[in-house]
Amino acid sequence: MSNIPADLRYAKTHEWLRRESDGTVTVGITDYAQNSLGDITFVQLPKVGASLRAGEAFGVVESVKAASDLYAPVAGTVVAANATLDGAPETVNRAPFGEGWMIRLKPADPAAGGELLDAAAYGQQVG
Amino acid sequence: MSELKRTPLRDFHAAHGARLVDFAGWEMPVQYRSILEEHKAVRRAAGLFDVSHMGEVDVRGPDAARFLNHLVTNDVSKLFPGRVLYTPMCQPDGGVVDDLLVYMRGAEDFFLCINAGNIDKDLAWIRAQAAAFDVTVTDRSADYALLAVQGPVAAAIVQSLTGAKLDLVKYYHFTEATVAGVHCIASRTGYTGEDGFELYHAAGDAPALAAALLEAGRPRGLELAGLGARDSLRLEAGYPLYGHELAADISPLTAGIGWTVKLDKGADFVGRAALVAEKESGGTRKVVFFRTGDRRIVRADTPVLDTPGATVGRVLSGTLSPILNEAIGSALVSTPAAAGALAVDIRGARIALQPVCPPFIPLRKT
Repeated sequence: MSNIPADLRYAKTHEWLRRESDGTVTVGITDYAQNSLGDITFVQLPKVGASLRAGEAFGVVESVKAASDLYAPVAGTVVAANATLDGAPETVNRAPFGEGWMIRLKPADPAAGGELLDAAAYGQQVG
Repeated sequence: MSELKRTPLRDFHAAHGARLVDFAGWEMPVQYRSILEEHKAVRRAAGLFDVSHMGEVDVRGPDAARFLNHLVTNDVSKLFPGRVLYTPMCQPDGGVVDDLLVYMRGAEDFFLCINAGNIDKDLAWIRAQAAAFDVTVTDRSADYALLAVQGPVAAAIVQSLTGAKLDLVKYYHFTEATVAGVHCIASRTGYTGEDGFELYHAAGDAPALAAALLEAGRPRGLELAGLGARDSLRLEAGYPLYGHELAADISPLTAGIGWTVKLDKGADFVGRAALVAEKESGGTRKVVFFRTGDRRIVRADTPVLDTPGATVGRVLSGTLSPILNEAIGSALVSTPAAAGALAVDIRGARIALQPVCPPFIPLRKT
């Protein structure tokens, strides 16, 4: 059974989004996603300052099994990328909702993301 | 969806948290906890693998030795009872039908271990080649289960469950032994580059033997290991895998295992003429092994490029070496290009392939 924290929003493509108190949003991949991928061996993230459209591929997560694109759940500008994942991509397996976060965005529209799934809806999707 | 075949340990795997996948038509554990951690456990201590999907064949009769020497490229006449031989068997054009182990039990009694995905094809091939020989070929695949215990403490774990003197069984030798009350062919072989045993036994005994090995092994650091770790371990050791480095269109000479082709063994064998010609001409393509110094995995079928960027080959196998922490792999490239600089493109990044003569890491096998 995968962990699906109630306070996050979810994309159908298995990214999670957390609204921070400073108006930015943090993005990572879900416990379900990391478990499906298996051992994560490489994470490729955008540079700080990159501008992303909603649904745009912003990076790649690679496991022993396969390489998968990462999609921006909302439009925005990258204000931070998790440098820990360069040397320790397995952090995503260990702590997908914590230390294994991927990017922080300043959203183009602070209200964007209303169409993302809540925990209950995402839980239904990954059943 | 067609029904997947199951080994006698399918429920054992499920009970131990395995992720079960379709491998060559078999429902097999690809991993239990983590491919990388299982790989490291085998290099550090030991791993227990269910490889019961492999095929077993008895070859018996007055012509058994002469027939096998005709069938395979390595020299069966060098065998004696208790000795194991690794060998390809080839088509007339030198392409590989399969690679296998030949066990000699007696003058007229041999036992083969073949790849799971090739069982039907191999049996048809072996029987067709046997027509002019006085031998009986019997498929025993359903009768046998096969457990591999691999790693630096593997022999000590098996020894703790048997009265047989395993230190007398050298690398690529075997003995009959009772292990945890189960009658086994205990073969000092493996596919990881580590010391260890492969234990052939009656299929019905597999759950009891697996449980006993796990219980005896856990205090010594043994972990259950799946096919994911088996693949990265064999690639790190530089061992070919049928369908990757060996195939119907890749001869043993092309694959770089010319040591298994005994052109002068004093017996003609299937594929000999083609292999003689390939040896004389040097061949048009060869299998090379590489590392990249980068963590991005270079996956099978990725085109291999020369310096101007022309495609000169393709990747056959690729993974992340959990020990080196970088991508490793093999590729089939044109012979002239193999001497020059090679690279691949991964998502727009050009990554140089650094040639390696395997194994990729020092191995301790006996």
